[in-house]
Amino acid sequence: MNTEDTIVALATPPGVGAIGVIRLSGKEAIAITQKVFKGKDLSQVASHTLHYGTIKDGDQVVDEVVVSVFRGPNSYTKQDVIEISCHGSPYILQKVIKLLLKQGARLAKAGEYTLRAFVNGRFDLAQAEAVADLISSENESMHKAAMNQMRGGFSAEIKALREELVHFASMIELELDFSEEDVEFASRDELKKLIHNLQKLIIALTESFNLGNAIKNGIPTVIAGKPNAGKSTLLNALLNEEKAIVSDIPGTTRDIIEDVIHIDGISFRFVDTAGIRTTEDHVEAIGVERAHARMKEAAVIIYLIDLANDTPHEVSQQLDYLKELGVPYLIVGNKADKPNEEVITALKETDFLQISAHKKENLDTLKEALKERVSLKDFKAGNTLVTTLRHYESLVETNQSLDKVIEGIDSGVTNDFLAMDIRNALLHLGEITGEITTDDLLDNIFSKFCIGK
Amino acid sequence: MFKVYDVIVVGAGHAGCEAAAAAANMGSKVLLATMNMNTIAQMSCNPAMGGVAKGQIVREIDALGGYSGIVSDKTSIQFRMLNRSKGPAMWSPRVQSDRMRFAEEWRLTLESIENIDFWQEMVTGLVVKDNRVKGVRTSLGIEIPGKSVVLTNGTFLNGVIHIGEKKFGGGRTGEKAATGITEQLIELGFEAGRMKTGTPPRVDGRSLDYSKMTEQPGDDIPGKFSYLNSTSPLTQQKSCWITYTSPEVHNELQTGFDRSPMFNGRIQGLGPRYCPSIEDKINRFADRDRHQIFVEPEGWNTVEIYVNGFSTSLPQDVQYNALTKVPGFEQVKMFRPGYAIEYDFFQPTQLTSTLETKLIENLYFAGQINGTTGYEEAGCQGLMAGINAHLKVKEQAPFILGRSQAYIGVLIDDLINKGTEEPYRMFTSRAEFRLLLRQDNADLRLTKLSYGLGLADDNRYQQMLDKEHQTNQVIALLDEIKFKPDEINPALENIGQAPIKDKSSLSQILKRPNFSITDLQTIYSELSSKLNNYATESIEQAEIQIKYHTYIEREQKNSEKMSELENQNINPDFNYNDIPSLSKEAKEKLLKIKPSTIGQASRISGVSPADVSVLMVYIGR
Repeated sequence: MNTEDTIVALATPPGVGAIGVIRLSGKEAIAITQKVFKGKDLSQVASHTLHYGTIKDGDQVVDEVVVSVFRGPNSYTKQDVIEISCHGSPYILQKVIKLLLKQGARLAKAGEYTLRAFVNGRFDLAQAEAVADLISSENESMHKAAMNQMRGGFSAEIKALREELVHFASMIELELDFSEEDVEFASRDELKKLIHNLQKLIIALTESFNLGNAIKNGIPTVIAGKPNAGKSTLLNALLNEEKAIVSDIPGTTRDIIEDVIHIDGISFRFVDTAGIRTTEDHVEAIGVERAHARMKEAAVIIYLIDLANDTPHEVSQQLDYLKELGVPYLIVGNKADKPNEEVITALKETDFLQISAHKKENLDTLKEALKERVSLKDFKAGNTLVTTLRHYESLVETNQSLDKVIEGIDSGVTNDFLAMDIRNALLHLGEITGEITTDDLLDNIFSKFCIGK
Repeated sequence: MFKVYDVIVVGAGHAGCEAAAAAANMGSKVLLATMNMNTIAQMSCNPAMGGVAKGQIVREIDALGGYSGIVSDKTSIQFRMLNRSKGPAMWSPRVQSDRMRFAEEWRLTLESIENIDFWQEMVTGLVVKDNRVKGVRTSLGIEIPGKSVVLTNGTFLNGVIHIGEKKFGGGRTGEKAATGITEQLIELGFEAGRMKTGTPPRVDGRSLDYSKMTEQPGDDIPGKFSYLNSTSPLTQQKSCWITYTSPEVHNELQTGFDRSPMFNGRIQGLGPRYCPSIEDKINRFADRDRHQIFVEPEGWNTVEIYVNGFSTSLPQDVQYNALTKVPGFEQVKMFRPGYAIEYDFFQPTQLTSTLETKLIENLYFAGQINGTTGYEEAGCQGLMAGINAHLKVKEQAPFILGRSQAYIGVLIDDLINKGTEEPYRMFTSRAEFRLLLRQDNADLRLTKLSYGLGLADDNRYQQMLDKEHQTNQVIALLDEIKFKPDEINPALENIGQAPIKDKSSLSQILKRPNFSITDLQTIYSELSSKLNNYATESIEQAEIQIKYHTYIEREQKNSEKMSELENQNINPDFNYNDIPSLSKEAKEKLLKIKPSTIGQASRISGVSPADVSVLMVYIGR
């Protein structure tokens, strides 16, 4: 794969816009642009400067543009980068790109700019992944997390973790390679304490994944309730679009439909489930077991009570079911415009909201309550969040290896076997930012212990 | 007067002896050139072979058909299996040797090999034509023709000995240094460096009071190094003794610090961190008020004692005064003072995995010249260099051991890819797959390979096959014998073991932690007679293979995973300069070392995981 030739691509979303930006990166970026650009001699201008001019196809002026010049290595890809701001007509943009292609640029593949940035050492793997997140960040919290990761906050935490782990591993290795030495070896209790501390660090990071993931992908929110309680209507009202099929026939919604809405910078990933049907003496999830599973996985459930059509018996059944589920929930009485007073009475003891999904009444109160229900207070800018699945998995595997070390300590296996799991832990951690070598362990041993006859 | 030798070995230390013997036994005509035939196979430092990781290497040398194990067995005065309380991969044989007997045994061994000629003289240069070595040149001006040359010069190349403020040329105390070779090699384009090591004083055992020390006897049931039954375990042993330094000793030593070549900057070479001098220990670990000293006898009959743990280059009077403050040493008589020695070495990154130099064809380096330390490390390099010099001359495929095959493989791979800044010593932690690289199975790992080379003889090969066969039979036996719970539970409970719930084989029961094959014999007495026909090593081998099966299997899987990277080849002529995205350091290192696989590239120091990702992008998986 060539990472030196000059690539070109549209940097702004396709379609009509006020302006469209075309980006080039590579050895010839400036020279190729110059061939179609009428204005200053770009090969002579300073880095990080803007230049007005025209793009010409032969004698014909294609567009008036502003060209930004970034010289490597002080650019995103560490190569020479040109950004051409054109008028945002798809025709013009396509025409300009075609001209550049004719002059020797090549159309960039997906992610190729970031690949070059990574390959040229602008950031490590963890940071490269954050860029992808940054680009697709749809809300403020996610933007903060991605920004933090890209600036190396995550890598720094991992580095600290790595140091701890190397320290632990060298305690284990010490007793193996230097058993004849007159140094004190760590007791099993000390070792366990060290591991517990390590695991605390790792767990804090893995737990942040749930939050990080929620910030990135939206907090999984389930709208549940009896068939025809108005779940799809509510979802549509919140989304303001016809996403789910709405009908009066109970059980129409067969598939789980997802969409994301943003409330004050927090993303909620809404899952519209099939209804919960009440029968004579129990509540069951109809049709798809998945609906029940989804409810269990949800961070919060919006549970709709049909204020118009439910019976008090059904209401208490549903409340019991919800309590058993053990997932945070909001009780929302729908169809508040035509309530059955008996149902209202049945809900007397319960904290609930009244809305009308159909008439879009009281939806703001619902949004506000929802926001309060999921507390993001743990997350402040600057905290490290694990947002990519790959990091999460590596951390989980690191932790599992440490679990095995604890198991090993408890069952009394010797250090050489503990070391196998420690090495695995080091390997998994190394998958995130970089390898840990045995030299690291030996360096640590030699610096801390008096070794040698 | 000289014919054309297939292999000329320069130096007759541990590396040189193994190199000469291996090449000769494979059929090469060998010349062993040494400055002094009376000091063949000298133990320059401590009178001991083996130890943690090192003992495994000696076993590997033996399994391949080298002599370090046999010579050690015949000349040891004490045997201990270190790390017995840990898992089998950590068990490490170590012997205390009779220094004079050891050297004599090696010399007699070499003399018994027909293909080896000897020549006593200093080799001062190489004969090189068209980047290929053609022989050696001696101090008398003789040119001895050879198709290949193995350099094993130890600490002799421009060796300088320091004792306090005194400084003199020498390769060992009382022996002169070798000159000429370094200068020529640098002229040929080699990069030379300087290293430092040290040795403690030797004292008169008759002047020590052992009642003030702790005895450290050998094992009750001593083992041995060689897999061959031509050597046997010791029937009597000599003890070592342990004593300690004290703040008084430290104070005495400190009086000489201003005259220490270590501290006043006169020694520039880097010493090993794991083998510091006593002054270094006091200096770096000031909070420790005592350090251990091992009082090691140098042989069966000599009264000379090696003061292990007291390596020093302080002035002789300071050494003596400090020693008299050590409990048991109040009346000490010193035989020889400790000293530090600086010598030339060549970064081993200048070698290929056969230990041949990249610059000069058919020229091999082994031992301390490569920046290693230790008799075992030197011996195994000599063996591999001797084997490969022979194979090259006879135009046969090279013999390379992988990291999951042998400690020898780990050692050479580390050296050629990472180089070394301090004398390189083997540690078990350097091996990724140490559970596979055990001292009990070196023969099973390596003897077949060596037999294929024509180095291991029929007898060694047959013994290995017998062990393998018997081991499998014992495993089958323990798999076959099964018990229902009511048949065996009473016996289990008798020895305080948890009962079984389902029908179980003896193998399954053996897997319990802290449960041995002896315990099996207790709960099922007929087992002893069934095992009567099998050799102890085979029974032990079966026990290890059964007990640690899951761990061993895991390591094997991991090693297979690693070999995937090893199978991604890189063209040796690949121009790393074409990849602007590689770090500058990585580019330099890759161009210099020219790795043959991505796996090898990943182990080069200075090549980061990011560089490896870049390489994989370019090489195209």
